[in-house]
Amino acid sequence: MRGQTRGSVATKIEQPLESPLGLAVRGILRKPSSRVAVFVLGVIILVGLLAPLIAPYDPAAQPDIVALKSLPPSLAHPFGTDPYSRDVLSRVIYGARLSLAIGVLATVVSLTFGVVYGAIAGYAGGIVDAAMMRVLDAFLSIPRLLLLLGVLVAWPRLSVPALVVFLGLTGWFGLSRIVRGQVLALKHAEFVTAALALGASRRRILVRHLLPNLVSPIVVAATLGVAHVIVLEAGLSYLGIGVPQPLASWGNIIQDGSDQVATLWWMSLFPGLFMVLTVMTLNVLGEAIRDVYERR
Amino acid sequence: MIVAIVAVITFVLIHLAPGDPFSAVTDNPNVSETVRATLRAQYGLDRPLPEQFLRYAGALARGELGWSFSYERPVNEVLATALPNTLLLMGVALVGSFALGILIALIQVARRDSFTDHALSGISLFFFSMPDFWLAILTLLAFTYWLPIFPVGGAVDPVIHEYLSWGGRVLDRLQHLALPALTLTLLASATVARFQRAALLDVLPSDYIRTARLKGLTERQILRRHALRNALLPIISLIGLSFPALLTGAFFIEKVFAWPGMGFAVVSAIGTRDYPLVVGGVIIGSIMVALGSLLADLLYAWADPRLRGH
Repeated sequence: MRGQTRGSVATKIEQPLESPLGLAVRGILRKPSSRVAVFVLGVIILVGLLAPLIAPYDPAAQPDIVALKSLPPSLAHPFGTDPYSRDVLSRVIYGARLSLAIGVLATVVSLTFGVVYGAIAGYAGGIVDAAMMRVLDAFLSIPRLLLLLGVLVAWPRLSVPALVVFLGLTGWFGLSRIVRGQVLALKHAEFVTAALALGASRRRILVRHLLPNLVSPIVVAATLGVAHVIVLEAGLSYLGIGVPQPLASWGNIIQDGSDQVATLWWMSLFPGLFMVLTVMTLNVLGEAIRDVYERR
Repeated sequence: MIVAIVAVITFVLIHLAPGDPFSAVTDNPNVSETVRATLRAQYGLDRPLPEQFLRYAGALARGELGWSFSYERPVNEVLATALPNTLLLMGVALVGSFALGILIALIQVARRDSFTDHALSGISLFFFSMPDFWLAILTLLAFTYWLPIFPVGGAVDPVIHEYLSWGGRVLDRLQHLALPALTLTLLASATVARFQRAALLDVLPSDYIRTARLKGLTERQILRRHALRNALLPIISLIGLSFPALLTGAFFIEKVFAWPGMGFAVVSAIGTRDYPLVVGGVIIGSIMVALGSLLADLLYAWADPRLRGH
């Protein structure tokens, strides 16, 4: 940690401290398993970004609801078609785009809340901290899916941005507790006292001195958080209260085929495989980053 | 506290939301204005919000969760009939997943860094990363359609169950339980295996393990008698932590296999916009999870000799 540099000023000058992010990247690239994960995830992200160029058909087009409906995989439709005659491969490709975007954006929302709430609680201390933590405990004790069910059932056919906000709002409790612990631990570190003595404001201390020390838990939480949101979004869409039609998300596609699982097996198998692959790579990366930081 | 928070959140959100709790009835153009007004009055929806909230909170405090529109029965009754099935599913999966998970972790640690270890790590990561409902769909596909050895869904055979002998009924139930329980067990054991492998590797560098090794014990004896025993405490806390995942897993799995538990009732209620039932399920589910972790805490205090007597 940056605070503990007593006694080794000379070595410090020779070896400038590597930034936490640089450290994470180097650590990831050292392990073969995480190199594979980076590659696979990169491909999936690329597929999502370039969806309009790659997808062979329009994901929402229903070209022939009679002749082209529910076709098993073939050369023309490698992943088959759904009961509305839409091409499942194209929907899976666009689904990558939407599911990843929802995962990332919702995680941004929860990181913001988690860091701000945790930092305030940790920095304020005392009664404010105690009260904020009790509220957090209560939220933490409700399973996230149940919380989302209770919320989403009240709003039928929610738009995607609203869904992102709700997914984000239910995902920051754990991180906020970690952040609060770190801030509490570092609040009285010498470098903070020094900054205070130099006349730094509270805001400056939080943003310039404490936040940089929180990068590692935040990066880990973000990586694992995206994985979690992707699974949650798929689950909600599967229950019919997630991404609205005709948009395609991985969970949505599986939901379209869920009435006839046996006859439309391609509709659950392929999007699910993509989803598992994405979530696996994110989990591998998240753990690799955590290992790097813990070994330090 | 939890109940209070869930109640407040859901109440506020439901009343912020467009329409009212049974807009499906009231939006129907064939329903006349008088009928609508009567319905609203009947369910107390015509009163001011604070009064509605107090009535709702009062009912909750008496343990009443409201009236289920779709089942036309009190929510309490609906959930009470469904709860045993969910508990059965979760209980079987809890026992099964800890047995399987610990076994896998032991095999991995006994051959650490071998091919077996890495392969098992990969497999448990695969199951760990899987959405519950997807694995449920795959098992359903595999064992009821492609290889039809299990019944498709439900808790008992709807036609012949009543005519079976006592033993036949038990067998029928077990056959229906097998796939949902297997799915939930597989999902949960991935977490247990990953956690337990790390816990075992954590205690291996300890002094008492080195002593045991110096005494000439075999690696197997060390693992079973010394390492596992000390890595069991974290397992108890893991039991507490695994309740949310078990419960949410059960919700999805019940839907896929039409297993008539709480999750199935709640998830079906989403489709019919039966708010009281959904909210009731959410409240009961949260209480179950809280009780589960409380139980694990008590168990932990009892099992740890360092905490006993305090």
